[in-house]
Amino acid sequence: MPSEEELYQEHILDHYEDPFHRGTLARATHAHEDKNPLCGDVVRIELTLDGDGKIKDAYFTGEGCVISQASASMLLEELYGKTVDDVKEFSAEKMLELYGPRLTPNRQKCCLLSWRVLQSAVHSPSAEGNQS
Amino acid sequence: MSAAGLVDRSALLPESLRDDFPILNGDVLGGQSLVFLDNAASTQRPRQVIDAIRRVYERDYANVHRGIHTLSERSTEQYEQAREKVRALINAPKSDEIIFTQGTTASINLVARSWGDANLRPGDEVLMTVMEHHSNLVPWQQTAARTGAVLKHVPLTEDGQLDMAEFDKLLTERTKLVAVVSVSNTLGTVNPIQEIIAKAHAAGALVLVDAAQSVPHMPTDVRVWDADFVAFSGHKMLAPSGVGVLFGKESLLDAMPPFLGGGSMINEVMLDRFTPAELPAKFEAGTPPIASAIAMSAAIDYLQQIGLERVHRHEQSLVRYAYDALRQVPGLRILGPAQEHRSALVSFAFERIHAHEFAQVLNDRFGVAVRAGHHCTQPLHALLGITASTRASFYLYNRPEEIDRLLEGIATVQKLFAPKGRKRKSHS
Repeated sequence: MPSEEELYQEHILDHYEDPFHRGTLARATHAHEDKNPLCGDVVRIELTLDGDGKIKDAYFTGEGCVISQASASMLLEELYGKTVDDVKEFSAEKMLELYGPRLTPNRQKCCLLSWRVLQSAVHSPSAEGNQS
Repeated sequence: MSAAGLVDRSALLPESLRDDFPILNGDVLGGQSLVFLDNAASTQRPRQVIDAIRRVYERDYANVHRGIHTLSERSTEQYEQAREKVRALINAPKSDEIIFTQGTTASINLVARSWGDANLRPGDEVLMTVMEHHSNLVPWQQTAARTGAVLKHVPLTEDGQLDMAEFDKLLTERTKLVAVVSVSNTLGTVNPIQEIIAKAHAAGALVLVDAAQSVPHMPTDVRVWDADFVAFSGHKMLAPSGVGVLFGKESLLDAMPPFLGGGSMINEVMLDRFTPAELPAKFEAGTPPIASAIAMSAAIDYLQQIGLERVHRHEQSLVRYAYDALRQVPGLRILGPAQEHRSALVSFAFERIHAHEFAQVLNDRFGVAVRAGHHCTQPLHALLGITASTRASFYLYNRPEEIDRLLEGIATVQKLFAPKGRKRKSHS
């Protein structure tokens, strides 16, 4: 079993305290929000996709444990500027790999929350985006 | 930090009873000693209960109420003795009023489906509280959707007790049932069940008590309560999971239609119809949790040899110590009422540190098992303005020194996750 020293590596705590693109987008074209029903962790991801399916901008908001929030930051940093196809190809295994430390099944759910949200977000046109 | 002097040691049970619990003494965490503070979720089992399970399966096991062979007779006798033990534990008038179920959730669903569907009409009200466990919320939401009944919820006072003034207002001639938890699994609040039942009866309503968090921890007398239905689980009181109890007044159970259909619950079956069995078989369709119920009987023996009054005093001593110590931890918010109004648990939350961090570090570094999350009370957590909390819950085998270990762990978590002005390395 991984110890907490491994789970909470320095670069993960860095992401937690100084996240990449935590916030909202004024004109998101796509957005999705979901929670982990086990613990109430919540993540919302807002995206601006261009006509070619490229992620021009991406922000997240949320509340929850270090793993759920740091993984959201790491995910957006990783896929910023990539395409919808890149997102689809980015598997759950790759997300866990990106996070790094080996996680027990219950903590994997924390780590994969933002990944699930992003996978849905690219298929979820937002109301504001359509109006603009 | 030391427990000495701050704990009422005269109220504590002897430490030697821990020897009865193999899991507390074995090397189960790979070198680290276990501090088990997740008893509100499920307790551990003493050797006496584990032995009872082994004895049934090695010597006495067969299906109950069916064969006339020796093993079926033995299993049936022990299963029915278990029913009588449960009856005596809660001082129910008759053992026919004790229905074995899978647990508290199954017991409440039985009432919601059978009594609820048969008796609730559009506009009838079921009065609950905002501190109910999901198991006493969702079945009534489902019943309300089927029957058109309306659900009302008693709010909390500032300090996390039931607002009885609001209860008085919400209880009307439209109220057909009050479904209330005796002890909150999240706040620890001990509710005034006797007062609630007296008022409900005066208003013409029945009362179902979710007693999952009280029956294991203090004496229960359903006759003093005058409760109509009482639900609780075996696994929260030293017995195996998969067995629980519904107590119901005989006249009510008699009038209710059967819930699950199948073997055992019938008197006569034709191809197109059946006649139901008498109580308690009427509500025990299929093969029941035979070994689990027999082991529950051993658990009740164990608890009664100690005495639930003494178990309660032991836990009160622990929770007083934990509460007083936790109150002094800067930044920590204790959920629920003052110590004198609570049972054997303390839930807490920090503004900036998520419950998962507590549970993870307490486990990994200190061997302390606590619950982190919403403890199946999402609406209550929403009302409290939080998404999750950390819960330490105690039982008869816990010791003050284990609470010291919890406190040590909390201090470590606070240090570990204090903001340090970290900067993310920019992505190359």
